[in-house]
Amino acid sequence: MLLDYETLKIIWWCFMAVLLIGFALTDGFDLGMGMLLPFVARSDEERRVAINAVGPTWDGNQVWLITAGGALFAAWPLVYAASFSGFYVAMLLVLFALFFRPVGFEYRNKLEDPRWRTFWDWGLFAGGFVPALVFGVAFGNLLQGVPFHFDPDMRSYYEGSFFALLNPFGLLAGVVSVALLAMHGAIYLQLRTGGAVYERCRIAATWAALLYLVAFALAGLWVSFGIEGYRVTGMPDPGTSFGPLAKSVTRASGAWLDIYRTHPWAMAAPAAGFLGALLTILFSRFDRPGAAFLTSAAAVTGTLLTAGLSMFPFVMPSSSHPSHSLTLWDAVSSHRTLELMFFATVLFLPLIVLYTSWVYRVMWGRIDTQVVQENRHNLY
Amino acid sequence: MISEIVVDLSRLQFAATALYHFLFVPLTLGLSWMLFIMESVYVMTGKEVYRDMVRFWGKLFGINFAMGVTTGITMEFQFGTNWAYYSHYVGDVFGTPLAIEGLMAFFLESTFVGLFFFGWDRLSKVQHLLVTFLVALGSNLSALWILIANGWMQNPVGAEFNLDTMRMELSSFADLIFNPVAQVKFVHTVSAGYVTGALFVLGISSWYLLKGRDLPFARRSFAVAAGFGLASVLSVIVLGDESGYTTGEAQEMKLAAIEAEWETEEPPAAFTLVGFPDQEAQVTRMAVKVPWVLGLIATRSLDEPVKGIKELVEENWLRIRSGMIAWQLLQRIRAGDRSPETMAAFDQHAENLGYGLLLKRYVEDPSLATAEDVDRAALDTVPHVATLFWSFRAMVGSGFLMLFIFAMAFWYCARREFNHRWLLRLALYGMPLAWLACEFGWIVAEMGRQPWTIAGVLPTHLSASSRSTGELWFSLGGFLFFYTGLLVVELYLMFKYARLGPSALHTGRYHFERATGGGLAVQPAQRME
Repeated sequence: MLLDYETLKIIWWCFMAVLLIGFALTDGFDLGMGMLLPFVARSDEERRVAINAVGPTWDGNQVWLITAGGALFAAWPLVYAASFSGFYVAMLLVLFALFFRPVGFEYRNKLEDPRWRTFWDWGLFAGGFVPALVFGVAFGNLLQGVPFHFDPDMRSYYEGSFFALLNPFGLLAGVVSVALLAMHGAIYLQLRTGGAVYERCRIAATWAALLYLVAFALAGLWVSFGIEGYRVTGMPDPGTSFGPLAKSVTRASGAWLDIYRTHPWAMAAPAAGFLGALLTILFSRFDRPGAAFLTSAAAVTGTLLTAGLSMFPFVMPSSSHPSHSLTLWDAVSSHRTLELMFFATVLFLPLIVLYTSWVYRVMWGRIDTQVVQENRHNLY
Repeated sequence: MISEIVVDLSRLQFAATALYHFLFVPLTLGLSWMLFIMESVYVMTGKEVYRDMVRFWGKLFGINFAMGVTTGITMEFQFGTNWAYYSHYVGDVFGTPLAIEGLMAFFLESTFVGLFFFGWDRLSKVQHLLVTFLVALGSNLSALWILIANGWMQNPVGAEFNLDTMRMELSSFADLIFNPVAQVKFVHTVSAGYVTGALFVLGISSWYLLKGRDLPFARRSFAVAAGFGLASVLSVIVLGDESGYTTGEAQEMKLAAIEAEWETEEPPAAFTLVGFPDQEAQVTRMAVKVPWVLGLIATRSLDEPVKGIKELVEENWLRIRSGMIAWQLLQRIRAGDRSPETMAAFDQHAENLGYGLLLKRYVEDPSLATAEDVDRAALDTVPHVATLFWSFRAMVGSGFLMLFIFAMAFWYCARREFNHRWLLRLALYGMPLAWLACEFGWIVAEMGRQPWTIAGVLPTHLSASSRSTGELWFSLGGFLFFYTGLLVVELYLMFKYARLGPSALHTGRYHFERATGGGLAVQPAQRME
């Protein structure tokens, strides 16, 4: 095979990061739009302005999530199995909330009744807010480690409950995620809308960014001093095939900061989070939504990378049986599958970026209430 | 051992959500190509009515598509949430087509579908046609990859068991994608989708013709549907996937169960037209048989036998015995004994490991199973015969009825006769046939795979996640609540817009707009956008 197993394992950590960041960068502002919809847009026409700003592209954006799920299944099957089944109730809540998006966008304008439209507005709100919150809470729990183990047949058993996920740090991570995507959504709406919606998004962006900055800083302090991280103390040769039960792991306070000591460049990730959000406030207030979008994107990328890099090489640490933790070395597919999927990704991902950009270019333009009035039969 | 009730509820949930998803998918598959055909005619002839057809049927397409997306996310989540052991055990193989489906098909379909709806004024005619083509292509490619994944569940080729990781791993990607079962399944399933799309347009157009509304629009839609539908229904029937049942172990059992053929008959086997299969007694009561036909359909020959259920159960009994040995050796290997003798002995029995796992339903350690357990497990390899027997006949019956409808529609279309009210009524009230056929086909394919998730490799009862019954009731209740609500909404909108017809486009050229005499003015009752 062209690439050795160890390299592919690392590449697949990067690919999973790319897919999740791709999801957060694109569908992130769609979720943000949903969360802000009832507040930044008051009248029916204003709401249609906000909805149609993402209308032609939200569906493609959501595929980042679907594909990340599929790639997780193919590349890290144990992570897919343990996390989706472990976070059972939480995942179903995300799923049920996501139900409101396709039908919310498509069905909202099909009837004129204001109650009907308000119902779907709140549906779109739930479809944005719940996934953003739950994904944040999930990351917060991953950072603390979650209680699961495997039996000798590799069947996973999750020992926690749904309500145990809603611990203080988990909820704080949820706030980080909600604030971050609300900021991102507000900036995207500033980029694509005009009039009252634009003005309200400008205010929303500042508040969301401030909330994000406080929560992200608190989470950072908490990880540094409060939460025990995990360290691999021994495992087989990473270039070979082995299961997660073959290694030894210890827990230690501050272990999640290891990477910043050994690889100082990793500091760029949290720095991008802080700086990105600060600059976003600035650009947003000075009516430079284009620049604000770039800095907001940097904050989104930085935040996700901070979580991922801090845990590196862990993906899903086990708090009850630390040596059963899932890492990028032992929760992965076979050498052949990783390589095959590597080529599939290298082939298709650039194509996807290319045609998605073209679609954005075709559909680009500022939407305001006048545009909605003129195209009332053709828009969402 | 995970409790039977958790396994049953997980199965019920998966079956219900998959069947529900499959209410919307076939229509997307077929209607997307019909939109492409209509738009091609528009681009070539420049006739506005064809553009209106694309836009109107596209509106109905959108109402359906949204539900397809909604229910599709469930499928992507559910392997992980409810079938965690399955996901671990075969993710290396099964996850691959799913991930490629996302990269190659879902992105294409979902990115361009927005442009299909909103790009009319921003794209040239040819560009928009290309967009429509890419939506159809994306939908159909996603069907290809999911059926490669599903075909592998029915006939798991190109994979082998890895002792170190305790799972199946991919050994040949080519075998996976050129799996004959998957290929046959793909052609059969997308053709069924095309039939669904065609019958949808045919039925609704017939209603306009019956009402005498928007006749030029309705006639042209009817004609496109009749042609496309006749070709598709022939493809479904001729390329029926029964021919695929001769390859693959569980497929043989599925075929025998569909035909309720308990004993292996002298070739060529007779086809049981109707009858009442009795699983306990292993006989089919009041069977009406047609000589030779089954042998011809299944083996395409006069001298190859079609194995009966009892013979297959006996074969499986032997494989379970061998699987017990495989399991025992596997435990020894995992305890550290990798001596050449042990490894050689394991290799000899490894192909039957999955059959040994069938015993896990009755004992924790299959090597300790009693003779009675083995007998029970062997009988477990027979799927529910009556369900398969009748579902298959319902599917085929619907198929032939639709062949009749499309043949008549095509015949009268060619003669420019759109006034045969019996045919219009038949096409209208026959619309559910397409969905019935699709759903029954799915039941045959998946119920026929039982007791396996991966035929011969992994039993269903081992595949489920270890969740509590309370959580299962929560998720089932959630699906029941949301899916019922959404279906009511979807059907309401679908009926409303189908009744409104092309007037929904607000062009001022159609029935309800002219009825008021004011061109663009629309009666309040019909006003919507």
